[in-house]
Formats: sequence, C-alpha cells, structure tokens
Amino acid sequence: SLSPGDTSVLAGLYGPAEAKISKELPDRAALEVLLRPKVGLPGVLERSREQLLRQTCEAVVLGVLHPRTAISLVLQVLSDAGSLLSCCLNAACMALLDAGLPLSALFCGVTCALQPDGTILLDPTARQEQEARAILTFAIASSERKVLMATTKGSCSVEEMQQCLAAAQRAADTIFQFYRDSVRRRYSK
Amino acid sequence: QVWQIRLDMHLLNHDGNITDAASIAGIVALCHFRRPDVSVQGEEVTVYTPEERDPVPLSIHHMPICVSFAFFHQGTYLLVDPTEREERVMDGLLVIAMNKHHEICTIQSSGVVMLLQDQILRCSKITAVKVAEITELIQKALENDQKARKEGGKFGFAESIPNQRITAFKMESAAVDTNDVEEQAGEIIAKADPPSEVFANPVLHTPGTAQIGEGIESSWGDLEESEKEEAAEEEGESEAAAFECEKVKTEDTSTVRETKSHEPIVLSDSEEEEVVILEPQELPRKTR
Repeated sequence: SLSPGDTSVLAGLYGPAEAKISKELPDRAALEVLLRPKVGLPGVLERSREQLLRQTCEAVVLGVLHPRTAISLVLQVLSDAGSLLSCCLNAACMALLDAGLPLSALFCGVTCALQPDGTILLDPTARQEQEARAILTFAIASSERKVLMATTKGSCSVEEMQQCLAAAQRAADTIFQFYRDSVRRRYSK
Repeated sequence: QVWQIRLDMHLLNHDGNITDAASIAGIVALCHFRRPDVSVQGEEVTVYTPEERDPVPLSIHHMPICVSFAFFHQGTYLLVDPTEREERVMDGLLVIAMNKHHEICTIQSSGVVMLLQDQILRCSKITAVKVAEITELIQKALENDQKARKEGGKFGFAESIPNQRITAFKMESAAVDTNDVEEQAGEIIAKADPPSEVFANPVLHTPGTAQIGEGIESSWGDLEESEKEEAAEEEGESEAAAFECEKVKTEDTSTVRETKSHEPIVLSDSEEEEVVILEPQELPRKTR
C-alpha cells in the first residue's frame, strides 16, 4: 500500500543544443543538471546531487556524437516522501529516453535502507529513512547490472553493502521492465 | 519576533496567463498552510511542534484573484484568460485583481492599447463573475482536502497527477486550418515576381576562380545606400533559401569572385537555392 503523498519529480531535457563558448567541450557534449527543490532555493545538497546525477548520465550518454553542444537536464521536485535521489535518477533516465538521446545503456536508481536490526528495505519512505542506520543509493546500468553510482549516508559494514547491492540489482529488473512498458504504451497509440 | 512566510511557486506548464494561475495557486497555498502554534506569556515565547499541538492556519482576510484580459485591434476585441498564442499577438493586457466582496485590489494595464472607461467597467463586471466562481471552487477544494486528511484518505500533489487533474505535461495540439492553403499558395506564386534569369555559364579563369557575367565598379565607399534589401518570397514549392553574397573586387582584374556563405562557386547545379545574378548595371541583391 502506498502512503499518501508519493515522491514525484518532473524532468525536462533540452538538447543537444548550442552551448556557450565558455561551457562547450571540443570533443563531446557538455551535460548540465539542475535540481530544483520543492521549497526554497537550490542549496549545497542540491548541488551535490546534481553532480552525482551528472556523472551518472555522462557515463551512459554518448556525448562524442554531439561535440560542442550542451545537454541540459532540469529536475523539479514536486513532492518528497522518501527515496528522492533514486526517483531523480529514474526521472533522468526516462527523460533521456524520451528525448531520444543516444545512450550506451539505461540506468535506474534504487535506494536501500538498512534498519538497526539489519533488515534491508528497498525504496524507503521518509519515516523509514529517518529511522534507518544507513541509506544507500545505487544507480544500476541495464547492461549486466553494473553499478554506475553508489552513495551512502550513515555507516554500514562491507558485507551489508554487498547485500544491499545484490538486492538493488534484483530490484533494477522491475524498474527496467517499467521503462519498457511506459515507452511501449507511449508509442503504441 | 515575527514569523516569516515564504511562498515558492514552480511553473510546470506555460500555456498562457501565468498571472492568474499564479495568483490562484498563491492564495490557495496561503489558505492551506498551517503554521506551528505559539503561546506568549509576558516575555516568554513557546513554539509548539506539530506533534504537540495542531498547527493553526494563517489569518487570511480575503482572497484576491487576478483575472486577465487581452485586447486586440485597439480594443475592439476582448479575450478573457488568454492562451499562450493569444498572448503573443495581443495588443494590450489588463489585469484586475478582485475578491469575492467585489473590492478591486489591483488594476494593471500594459501594452499599446488605450482603454475607455466603460471598457474597464465592463471588464471589472466580468471579473466579479469569474472571481465568484473561482472562489467557490477554491473553497470546495480546501474542504475536500480537509475532509480527506481527517478521514485518513489520500491527499496531496502526487495523488492528483495520475488522475490527469494536473495538466503539467500537456499541450493541446493546435488545429491548423489547411482548407485554403492551396489557394493561398497559388495566390502568392502568381503575385510574386518570376525568378530572375540564370546565367549558367561561368568562365573558369584559374582553378578556384570563376567569372559569371561582367564585373562592375567597386562600390565599397557607398555600400550602405546601394544595397537593396528585398523581401524574400516564401513559397512551399519554389526555391527560397537564405544566404548572403559578398562581392569582393580586386583592383587589377575585373574578375568578380562570388562567395556564398556555405558553398563554392558553381551555381547552376543547385535547384534548391535562389540564384543571384550579377547584371552589369545592377548590384547583386541581398536576399534574406
């Protein structure tokens, strides 16, 4: 059952478009991510998340096909009920898909919460995140379920991290299936 | 010590008239908001958390709602709540903010339209009607939300998205009237000047240099008056391309090298682009 007020993020992707001279790279596309929070102005937390997203996207986007262009990804947080970063990752990937940018792989975001008693919870709500001992977010690529990005908040042992990673890789299958279904639905009309 | 209230508005979809939408969103957000309860005893101030005591609403005296009017043709036509396309071509805009007690809170007029008094009065009457219905909608929505929260049902922004009540990602396809396009196109072609004659025999002096027609005097000195700008003919079928020609004249020879911005010399093969001819008495036309 879903709790009231789910996490939702609106993603808009613009590009490949003409880049400013100061920002253009001579051999690849320059990717820029802007994350706007629901309340207030973007702060340091948003900046760090933007960099995480940017590096994940750069790993999959074939930027060398569009040198000296700029690709801008704008994410607006509409509501936050936990697992915000993985929601942003999923939104980013769907935006890249929808825009038709050349990608070497798809990716999805999964958040795991490690509870004090050791159980692993996937896609925790805000309350579960607060009570958890550690929260791990992984970006998992569609080719061979490799890890593109991993970030941890809190402390956990190496074995626990491996277990969370395994769980996340299994969960990634569901998400990729969801991508497929959405795209199929969109283009089958 | 005072409370500071901050209202953040995020524009999700711009299909015209952001002012009205933003005013409604703002006033609803303020009415919906609940602030922590506070008790003051002399100099001591205690702020209770939402868990300790239920947060209290702000004290809103009245709800001003903006209504926008777009004017066209010097006030002949009036449109209430213009869409984006209408906004782009309107002559003037009149924004009236009114509350349900028929008190005007703001009037703002912009654009190149001069309004008469009775027009403004008429607009304010329309505003009164609109504000009454919008205020009722707002009250109903706030009541529904309060009921849903009390009964434990689902509420909030994310709930409205799947029900298609929030038109964040939509743009209606505009119907384009293509009934008389053929006729119009035919008219344009008939009225247009026939494309000028083509001199299709360049004389090749050396590799890379060709001469077409006869050269004329260099006119660098009076370049500004002599350049004529012709309006381009836009038709679907015939060739209409934009490019700039620069004429470079060398002093000793009468060769005129014509450079186009993206193609080398020989012109006769291109079917797509409008050909520029050098006639002895006329300067090349700069087409755009």
